[in-house]
Amino acid sequence: MAAPSNTAVDLSAALVTAPVEAGHWLVILPVVLCIGLGAILMMLRDRTAWHGWIAIPGLVLLVLVDAALLHKVATEGPITMVMGRWLPPFGIAFSVDLFGAIMALTAAVVALAGGLYALGEITTSGRRYGFFPFLMLLLAGVSGAFLTGDVFNLYVWFEVLLISSFGLLILGSEREQIDGALKYAVLNLIATTLFLVSVGYLYAIFGTLNMADIAMKARVPGNTAPLMTLAGLFLLAFGMKAAAFPVNFWLPASYHTPRITVSALFAGLLTKVGIYALIRVLVMLFPVERAGLGPITTAVAIATMLAGVLGALGENDLRRLLGYVVISGIGTMLAGVALGSAEGLSGAIFYALHSMVLMTALYLLAGQAARLGGSFSLFALGGLYRQSGWFAGLSLVLFFAACGLPPFSGFWPKVILVKAALDTGAWWLAATILLTGFLTTIVFGRIFLLAYWRSRSEQEDTVAPGPIVWQAGLPILALTALVIGFGLFPEQLLLLTQRAAGGLEDPSAYLRSVFPGGVGVQ
Amino acid sequence: MEAVFAGLVGLFFAVAIYLMLSGFSIRIMLGIAILGNAVNLLLFTAGRVTREVPPIIPAGADTLSMDAANPLPQALILTAIVISFSFLAFLLVLTYRAYQDLKTDNTGEMRVAEPDERPMPPLGY
Repeated sequence: MAAPSNTAVDLSAALVTAPVEAGHWLVILPVVLCIGLGAILMMLRDRTAWHGWIAIPGLVLLVLVDAALLHKVATEGPITMVMGRWLPPFGIAFSVDLFGAIMALTAAVVALAGGLYALGEITTSGRRYGFFPFLMLLLAGVSGAFLTGDVFNLYVWFEVLLISSFGLLILGSEREQIDGALKYAVLNLIATTLFLVSVGYLYAIFGTLNMADIAMKARVPGNTAPLMTLAGLFLLAFGMKAAAFPVNFWLPASYHTPRITVSALFAGLLTKVGIYALIRVLVMLFPVERAGLGPITTAVAIATMLAGVLGALGENDLRRLLGYVVISGIGTMLAGVALGSAEGLSGAIFYALHSMVLMTALYLLAGQAARLGGSFSLFALGGLYRQSGWFAGLSLVLFFAACGLPPFSGFWPKVILVKAALDTGAWWLAATILLTGFLTTIVFGRIFLLAYWRSRSEQEDTVAPGPIVWQAGLPILALTALVIGFGLFPEQLLLLTQRAAGGLEDPSAYLRSVFPGGVGVQ
Repeated sequence: MEAVFAGLVGLFFAVAIYLMLSGFSIRIMLGIAILGNAVNLLLFTAGRVTREVPPIIPAGADTLSMDAANPLPQALILTAIVISFSFLAFLLVLTYRAYQDLKTDNTGEMRVAEPDERPMPPLGY
């Protein structure tokens, strides 16, 4: 029975009555843009020649929108936009803070680089399989995950990016791809299912799924709910997504099978979404439980770093080797999460940004190395330095950045993390980070020795070497410029990551943006 | 009622994990299907299981007159069902294709992407 019409109901506490400020549309524009372009590209599936002309300007636009969003968030603080006029915690909110905005911008930059590279690499049949539509939908999922302020929405965006990544992974339907995709699909699906379980428990405990609301309710002292179990479940689910140590084996099994630009995009985007979600949930929502889980996270971080780098030492396929390097990078970010101090977190965020750019660049570079040398195997590769000195120089820059050597982007986050670890007395964590850096240097030194300096052995060539095309050269150059820029002028980025980490430690600005009235509707 | 559901969810999880530990991809798929249902039931139980009372506040009252089930988890389950259904469809096709191409459904023999016998890495020039 409906309420009688003579009772006046005051809805102002639950409904937005003011129209949305024009600038706030920026919050959902990245997602809308990606889904819209994805749909258009899907409709034009027969006109593959147009795909590049639509997707690349679209990606440029996405970078611009994300940059504008970052600028707005950096100057005005976190922004929240609610859907369907219902105020949080009833309505679904898109909340952006500095952390989400910089991750979204970096993701867009990485995707633009990948899209440019794809112009030269993805053939007509690959385009007919839907490379560009999948790319746009993948980005919709990634941007949505970075920008949403609702835990269940986070789950949905995870699924959006997951299903697009399946499509990209089996582009070409080769036997290795199907083999890799099966493992990738099953394990990632189990991870998202675990995430859904945690979401269910979260709702049962708090009766809300809005992140700001949960953050507020979880901070109430004397809470007897089994939050530790819940935080542990989140750690497992997101750790699996991010390829943390005991649950990382899907990554080296699958990341080397697709087209190199797909591998590059995956390495740049997907595992970082897991880390993002982990930081968001553990640090912002459950700071007390994160501290309680500290020893476990530390052990996982150390094991992930070492497992990754030791795996990389034992590999001789460039792509698989880079997969292990991705894993060891995840361990370094987890070290920041385990430390939990503002400094450690800012190091982890900086490292995530660096790793997104760098891993994409390294995969693209491997693609070009294979093009020049005719193979991905370290047995067959050789003489790259003699073939192209410029290319070798570029590679060396990226290798140095990956090892964390100055003056490139990998140096600063490692310095911050080591310092943060020593400040809290966690010398074993600092030692592992340094040891991993040293072993990574050996890994990349080995590549440089074997593939670049060693003279070419002629017998094992499978593919005829070809020249580097501009579609491949341009993104690699641009990403390398970013890596050098981050390394030489880190002040701005350091400031940003420190503010982002501060915003996670003390989310009062985030809470205010969601509940402008001060306290939420209880 | 919740206790029965809790037991059922536990049973579903146990069966799902047992099936997913199997070495054959089709059983893993069955496990995933059951796992999805287990999670949906879990969400359902989290939103209370009660008699058929619609969550409508009677005229003149401020609160519900009796306990009603929370409709929100049921909405979440709908989303989750759609998603897990589409994923299962994709996975089944992928498994079938893998069976066709790799000529096996034993996951232990699926070593195309990671060959068993790989040579040692180059140790010198």
